[in-house]
Amino acid sequence: MDVTAHAFKENAARALSDSQLQRALAGLPGGLVAQRTAARAKLPEFEALRDIGRDIKNHTLAHLDLYLEAWEKKAREAGTIVHWAPTAAGAREIILGICREANARLVTKGKSMISEEVGLNAHLEAAGIEVVETDLGEYLVQIRKETPSHIIAPAIHLTQTQVEADFRRRHTHLPRDRVLVEAPQLVNEARLILREKFLAADVGITGANFLIAETGSSVIVTNEGNGDLTQSLAKVHIVVASIEKVIPTLADLAALIRLLPRSATGQEISTYVTLSTGPRRPGDPDGPEACHVVVLDNGRSALLDTPFREALRCIRCGACMNHCPVYGAVGGHAYGFVYPGPIGAVINPAIIGLKEAHHLPNASTFCGRCESVCPVKIPLPNLMREWRTKEFATGGGSLATRLGLGIWRFLARRPKLYHLTTRLGIAALSALGRRRGRFRWLPLAGGWTRHRDMPAPQARTFQQLWAEHRAGVPR
Amino acid sequence: MTSPTKSQPTVGLFVTCLVDLMRPSIGFAAVKLLEATGCRVEVPTGQTCCGQPGYNSGDKATAAALARQTIAAFEGLDYVVAPSGSCAGMLKVHYPELLARDPDWSARAKEFAAKVFELTSFLVDVRGMTSVDVALTATATYHDSCSGLRELGIKDQPRRLLRTVKGLTLVEMADAEICCGFGGTFSVKYPDISNAIVEKKAASVHEARTDLVLAGDLGCLMNMAGKLARQGRKVAVRHVAEVLAGELSEPPIAASK
Amino acid sequence: MTGSEDRRRQMLDRIRSALDDGTPQHVREARVRERLGGASPHLVPERARGGAAEMRAIFTEHLAAQSATVVSVASAAEVPAAVAGYLRGNNLPMRLRLGGDARLSALPWSREPALTLERGAARADDEVALSHAASAVAETGTLILASGPDNPVTLNFLPDTHIVVVDAQSLKGHYEAALEAARQHMGATGLPRTLNFISGPSRSADIGGKPVLGAHGPRRLCVIIVG
Repeated sequence: MDVTAHAFKENAARALSDSQLQRALAGLPGGLVAQRTAARAKLPEFEALRDIGRDIKNHTLAHLDLYLEAWEKKAREAGTIVHWAPTAAGAREIILGICREANARLVTKGKSMISEEVGLNAHLEAAGIEVVETDLGEYLVQIRKETPSHIIAPAIHLTQTQVEADFRRRHTHLPRDRVLVEAPQLVNEARLILREKFLAADVGITGANFLIAETGSSVIVTNEGNGDLTQSLAKVHIVVASIEKVIPTLADLAALIRLLPRSATGQEISTYVTLSTGPRRPGDPDGPEACHVVVLDNGRSALLDTPFREALRCIRCGACMNHCPVYGAVGGHAYGFVYPGPIGAVINPAIIGLKEAHHLPNASTFCGRCESVCPVKIPLPNLMREWRTKEFATGGGSLATRLGLGIWRFLARRPKLYHLTTRLGIAALSALGRRRGRFRWLPLAGGWTRHRDMPAPQARTFQQLWAEHRAGVPR
Repeated sequence: MTSPTKSQPTVGLFVTCLVDLMRPSIGFAAVKLLEATGCRVEVPTGQTCCGQPGYNSGDKATAAALARQTIAAFEGLDYVVAPSGSCAGMLKVHYPELLARDPDWSARAKEFAAKVFELTSFLVDVRGMTSVDVALTATATYHDSCSGLRELGIKDQPRRLLRTVKGLTLVEMADAEICCGFGGTFSVKYPDISNAIVEKKAASVHEARTDLVLAGDLGCLMNMAGKLARQGRKVAVRHVAEVLAGELSEPPIAASK
Repeated sequence: MTGSEDRRRQMLDRIRSALDDGTPQHVREARVRERLGGASPHLVPERARGGAAEMRAIFTEHLAAQSATVVSVASAAEVPAAVAGYLRGNNLPMRLRLGGDARLSALPWSREPALTLERGAARADDEVALSHAASAVAETGTLILASGPDNPVTLNFLPDTHIVVVDAQSLKGHYEAALEAARQHMGATGLPRTLNFISGPSRSADIGGKPVLGAHGPRRLCVIIVG
């Protein structure tokens, strides 16, 4: 994919004036947000489970090497072929190699953000392999040659009208006069088209919400059943999973599965939770003949001995972006890389570098709503601040900002000078704005006054007035 | 005004730079409320800014320096009270984090943090204030500033006191807990996104159809007032302390005299 | 070392050194062994801890809320009639694909001569599949199915309609207990190729924002509880 995180401001500007996108985003509060609130209300143990989820992940991360080894041992016992990919390029090559060995012409895919991250589809297509996304939302963005704008609902930015137009444009073999007004009609059309692909696929590629060390399994959590058709019908099943997906036991899965669907869509359970362990067994009438798991690092191990380790607890529910006022204003594409919203602001810089992604941790009000809904209690605002601290240390930030902060720093550390300077400055500003009570425009405050008035100060500073008050001067 | 305790603790007022520079009447309203609960109020001159602008821009060194400066300025006082959830949050939650690894200051920072409170929380949770003795016939809605809400649990306290203002009707607006889009430097670094967020907040305020919109943070208030004024809306914007103390002689924020 | 062993070693070493906080390796290994050796439930929600009757009610309620049809029969002998009744009632063909599950084979299918039974993995034009669940979970109305010759996995996803028979005795309140039951049923061989948790018909809300049934998997799920 084209990484455009550096152009966040331009992306955001476009998003703000995109009325279709704004219409789609307006659905979030009454949709995914309200749904999560309702689900949480129905489970009294929800808050206690968040602590448990955090603790499960923290324990696992602290012993990640050992759990990966334990998982691998069990996976191999069940017949899984395990591949280790330190880099995105390595993962692409490994997967292409498996596809070539299988003489694959058609690959179906369940939803996998990791596969987006490593740019898998383009790599396979360049090698002449047809790749079809089967998650409905992923299919919708694939036919538009777009990327997902949300990690759970990839096509959340699209309206039904846009989908109808896309289907008519793309599915030209179907009768032109067919009715495609209701959502079930559109879903049904996608179902028929993708069914052909499932049945014809040589290789099926899925992601993994979890890897379970106790059993050597990979787990997907879905509603559509496409991930299951992808992995059960093709001769070869490939799982792409990043290192932090591993969890110790089935008991840990049970705890986390109580958190994930509720946090993501407000469902008490997703329609399907599938544990896959190795290829078909001798005597099985169906299932893949070979099962590969590609384990990806791509910058994550580098976070383990930094404060950013906490971000590796993420179970990819999407709650943070659903509740974020910035995501709610600009949508997912503005972030310019695979992971949008608050989790994107924290992990994208680790994957693509701070220089490329520096806007993302900066474009936050630190309102803290993300942290308050994260099922595993990741301190997202604190971690965004860590990126800002790194950026400051390396001299990042605009000249105007550094200058402003320099002046502020100089004065704030010198109380007497601060009080004197502010007294004078406020007197001047107040004299200008006293009558109207506000400014429509101020030098150096163009960013503010473009859209808002600036309230005028009162005549004197509090410190000044308090000193007078103490000296007996009436107010 | 009622307050059950008889002791006279000393309270250092952490004015906040915005109140100090832009709207001192909030400071005086806070003093009035604190004195009504039997506190003796001091305003250390060694205070300037809590350090958030630098802290949130990644300048932890300056923030730590200001933390030490602030802690020292307020030494010897029983409590530190700020008419701002975000400044109180900085002092109470982030100062100890900033100085955790400083052997000379980490214990002092923790002791300091234990005595820091946001204004309405101090009045209700510490001083046990249950009502105010003022009258104002108006309808009002309350915006929950993010830091106060999520870092300090400020939700019920201002509402409890506002409900005792004679003649005042409190109306909840939709999405009171959603960010107003200020976020300090965010509002000037990403002004168009900030604007999109404050437009939604302004719409919620407008739909509540109240005479007043109140909050406990001047940053939020200036942001909302500036937007509402640009839109030509009539709703008056004030800090909750002004209403609770009956300090209404100054015009509302961004209003003309 | 081969290239792939190189990469494996490299990755694991990098992780290990990043995590190094002075704790001796044997201490870390003991912790992991202990955790993997015996895992008791972290927290079982109150709603999953009731008696059998209560659990059955919650199970049924959840499945119905998740758009599944639930039919109760007193004994296994009544299953063929329940299946036939469901298919007739929904204007569905009287033709089923099922696996080699002995519990299903032992049913008195001769009582429903109109039903045609075909065995094996699902084929593209199969319209109805019949499976037997390994166990079930009341807390969210969830069936647990184990793949294999008894219950091929494609039966769960290819046909439009999926009928699942579940023994009331195998219904547990919470996930952990149901997984334990499924594990015991499989013996020491470990998990099958696929363990499916199924809680309703397939759905998607990706178009229009409201859930539409039958996204890719079955459009209809009928659960027959026996006993």
